[in-house]
Amino acid sequence: MSANALALQMPQSTAAYVANIFAKEIRYEFVKMLRTRAFSLSVLGFPIMFYLLFGASNRHTDWARYLMASYGCMGVVSACLFGIGMGISMERAYGWLELKQASPMPRLAYLAAKIVSSAAFALIIELALIGLALTLGGVHVTVSETLRLLGVDLLGSVPFTAMGLLISVLVPSNSAPGIINLIYLPMSFASGFWMPISTLPHWLQRVAPALPTYHLAQLALSVIGAAEPGHMMPHFQALAGYTLVMFGAAWIIFNRSEARA
Amino acid sequence: MATLQSYSLPDSPAQSIRPATSTIAGLHSVTKTYGQTKALDNFSFRLAAGEVVTLLGPNGAGKTTAVRLLLGLIAPSSGSVHVLGRDPRDADARTRIGAMLQVARVPEVLRVSELIDLFRSYYPQPVAASEVVRIAKLQGLEKTLFGKLSGGQKQRVLFGLAICGNPDLVFLDEPSAGMDIESRRALWDEIRALSAAGKTVLLTTHYLEEADALANRIVVINHGKTVCEGTPSEIRRRTSGRRIRCITQLDPALLVTLPTVSDVRQDREALVITAEAAEDVIREMLHRDRTLSALEISAPALEDAFLALTSQN
Repeated sequence: MSANALALQMPQSTAAYVANIFAKEIRYEFVKMLRTRAFSLSVLGFPIMFYLLFGASNRHTDWARYLMASYGCMGVVSACLFGIGMGISMERAYGWLELKQASPMPRLAYLAAKIVSSAAFALIIELALIGLALTLGGVHVTVSETLRLLGVDLLGSVPFTAMGLLISVLVPSNSAPGIINLIYLPMSFASGFWMPISTLPHWLQRVAPALPTYHLAQLALSVIGAAEPGHMMPHFQALAGYTLVMFGAAWIIFNRSEARA
Repeated sequence: MATLQSYSLPDSPAQSIRPATSTIAGLHSVTKTYGQTKALDNFSFRLAAGEVVTLLGPNGAGKTTAVRLLLGLIAPSSGSVHVLGRDPRDADARTRIGAMLQVARVPEVLRVSELIDLFRSYYPQPVAASEVVRIAKLQGLEKTLFGKLSGGQKQRVLFGLAICGNPDLVFLDEPSAGMDIESRRALWDEIRALSAAGKTVLLTTHYLEEADALANRIVVINHGKTVCEGTPSEIRRRTSGRRIRCITQLDPALLVTLPTVSDVRQDREALVITAEAAEDVIREMLHRDRTLSALEISAPALEDAFLALTSQN
């Protein structure tokens, strides 16, 4: 077979070789997510469909701006939990991850592909929502607000990546979709993704600050001036804390299962 | 946590010039336990460069565990593993290894050409994509989504992914599972071609015919232990005697008393006699029974040898 003599004489630089693996891995992960309709239709489709229903029917109101920000958060959480949590859990169960681990692929490339693709989905959702808000919602959105919203989404994908990783090491693949929905739907409701937190039952309002989704929503809503009064710093800190705890737990569980393998 | 030091290789520099005799991968006194079960029990195994070796055994014998240890996917409970002079968990060793594992599902929405492109990127000196397609016989399927392929075609894609990196050492875990006879024969040709190109191949199978057709050496394994090893013909010879089948009027009770006869059975109108010294037994029988007819003598099939070997254990 072609042990390429030319390639032997001019060894590819290691950096270019590794960069190429990351690029291919990310590209095909994104293509895979896009073509997996169960994933792309639900993750992209739900926020957009809900905006068409509830945003467009509240034209020219603050509500149309509110939902643009809060449904964007929904996109971040669902892209990360389904894309990373369910994605890794399934590929582990099917043996595909093992085949990749037997190859020289760096583990980080696999992880990076999942994280970058999920974050890309989150950004696409936000951009679509902003587009809908400007047109069907009939509201004004500045360039600065757009950039800040996208920034919050990117930042928000970090703690939910960690949560996705934790789910992938804890939850068996066949129950992953159900369990993720069980976590994600109540959490997004209780954190004001669907309606302002002030309209929720009092006890729920007290529970909300314990949820990472609440802090993400507050950061996104602060961009459009709809956050609850107070400083934003505690929300950043809370998300950072969640990231450390969930990533740490995922790391410990993963290493334990490796040691047992 | 087991320590993973590679054991000292028996090959001196003088020996390693002759690739046929140098050890390229091996397990040394490896025990691997899962809870109460011993998947491998003090199992040692060597793979010399250029060999095609088959690990042959029934389901649950420990074949896949051996492959996963050699790929560094799992660590031994005790004993040591080395591949290409390194710990198999070393990423450098993996650039020279190709693996075909039992994968329940490959991402079904990626096209054949995309999967090949992805796996080629993992290796520093990959085989050209068109060459992978040719070797794995995937012409015309490049643009097909993996999920649309038949079982045999899927196995061929996995085989293609195993050879993408132009590996020196190829692990094939039950490669022909789910293939029809035609695809299986085609796969055998490809494995022979790998061997002809100087690759070292470790194959696991529970198809005896496959082991017989491909291997230079067969290692029969059961309950995590080596039952025996040797060339396919040596394995056959392990079960004592050859089989004599004929129609005769001689009394089975008399035949059992002949030297080296180990078994006499009635098979419809004929008798089947198993004997070590088949020639002597036949001479005696022909002498005593002039009406003896329909004489057949056969070496035991590999299948019988295999069943006899693994059931003893």
